[in-house]
Amino acid sequence: MAKNIYTKRDDGRKMTEVRPMTAKVGIVPSADGSASFETGKTKAIAVVRGPRTLHPQHMQNAKTGILRVNYGMMPFSVEDRIRPGPNRRSEEISKVTEWALNSVVDLTGFPNTVVDVFIQIPQADAGTRVAGINAAAMALAHAGLPMKQMVSAIGVGKIDQTLVVDLDKFEDSEFHDGEGSTDIPIVLTSRTKEIALLQLDGKISVDEFKEVIEMGKVACDDILKVQMEALKNGGKDE
Amino acid sequence: MVKEKRNIVTPGETIVSGNEFLPGDGAYRDGEDIVAGQYGIAIVAEKHVRVVPVSGAYYPKRGNSIIGTIVDITFNGWLIDFGGAQNAFLPVSEVPMYVNKNEMREFLDFGESVIVKVWDVKSRGVDLSMKMRGFGKIEGGMIISVGPNKVPRIIGKEGSMVKLIKGATGCDVTVGQNGKVWISGKDANMEVATKKIVEFIADNAVTMGLTGMVEKFIKDMGLKVAATEAKE
Repeated sequence: MAKNIYTKRDDGRKMTEVRPMTAKVGIVPSADGSASFETGKTKAIAVVRGPRTLHPQHMQNAKTGILRVNYGMMPFSVEDRIRPGPNRRSEEISKVTEWALNSVVDLTGFPNTVVDVFIQIPQADAGTRVAGINAAAMALAHAGLPMKQMVSAIGVGKIDQTLVVDLDKFEDSEFHDGEGSTDIPIVLTSRTKEIALLQLDGKISVDEFKEVIEMGKVACDDILKVQMEALKNGGKDE
Repeated sequence: MVKEKRNIVTPGETIVSGNEFLPGDGAYRDGEDIVAGQYGIAIVAEKHVRVVPVSGAYYPKRGNSIIGTIVDITFNGWLIDFGGAQNAFLPVSEVPMYVNKNEMREFLDFGESVIVKVWDVKSRGVDLSMKMRGFGKIEGGMIISVGPNKVPRIIGKEGSMVKLIKGATGCDVTVGQNGKVWISGKDANMEVATKKIVEFIADNAVTMGLTGMVEKFIKDMGLKVAATEAKE
């Protein structure tokens, strides 16, 4: 078996260390709820509007309100310009984010309505979908919607033969030596610690996979603390 | 003024533990714990636990008085936009005078504003009534929007803040529970001054000792604070 070549991270972090995080709610005063979430160089903004009447009418559900998520990266968020507008990747992320958030938000009190969640990424350095979900969860709470619990998200991965938490752009997509890199975004609910979203991009053994989940759970606890702290400050500075 | 520290809770957070507590609005039970089901301020009164939202949209409740605009006229009533999830309906039978169904626009036309009472909240929408004192068509003055979560501070304790503004400017201030405020007075300059005061309150809604700050703000504008019982 080849020797493990990934023993030290470029930015000096420990293998299980999350990048420094900052979070804030109430960044868009005209919206019903809003939040921003940053990990390292990755920034996400989430804005919630609604509940409001859903058009077209045939999409309405008389039993419950529906959640609609729109994820997008800003053209200047990466080094090469991204063509604005929906694409295959953003459609996928919108959809999986919607599923993850739907497991905690309860909209049965608002039939025939829609709650729109807009996630934008002004600056990307890998892990944008998990940053987006973290921001969206805070924005939904800030909008005063009924939620059983919060969700926190983290990307865990495997670089060559080392398991690492919170991959950056280099680790995620520019590392091709040895066994290459694997990326696993995990979304955990805050109270019951259930998995709301789990994706896998790359390859990994079953035993390692179990370890990844445990690492994700530890990291999500840290993220939840940051999210709760931001909500308790309630849009005020300091 | 409430002395104890405000306990802001996030969804999924345990507020209190114990089988003797009862979950109210915005809270639910999970085993032994009473858990917040909403972001807001947790209030534990005796054994009753509830969460009051501090942000977000307006959710109509029965008995609220709200300010809205006519957006549509049907054969038997008016549709009113009040800034909520659904439109509200005001039937002809719930207005305090006889209205000819062929000439409904004579009484209330598109774009006109009304202050009405929430009569019922159903899954299909909200029913309104105008058949009480203090409700009716809004004529003159101006309507400003401050958001539903600022409303308690603008009204103040038992209307103390509204009284304070009234005493200083002589303008009528009517607050709709949906976060819209109607200001009307004889003098347009005073109306503008009232608007500034209301916006000042909205901007500082989370501050403790707001009455004192507002009094100072009014004095700085060169107005007199009427020596009423507005002081707490």
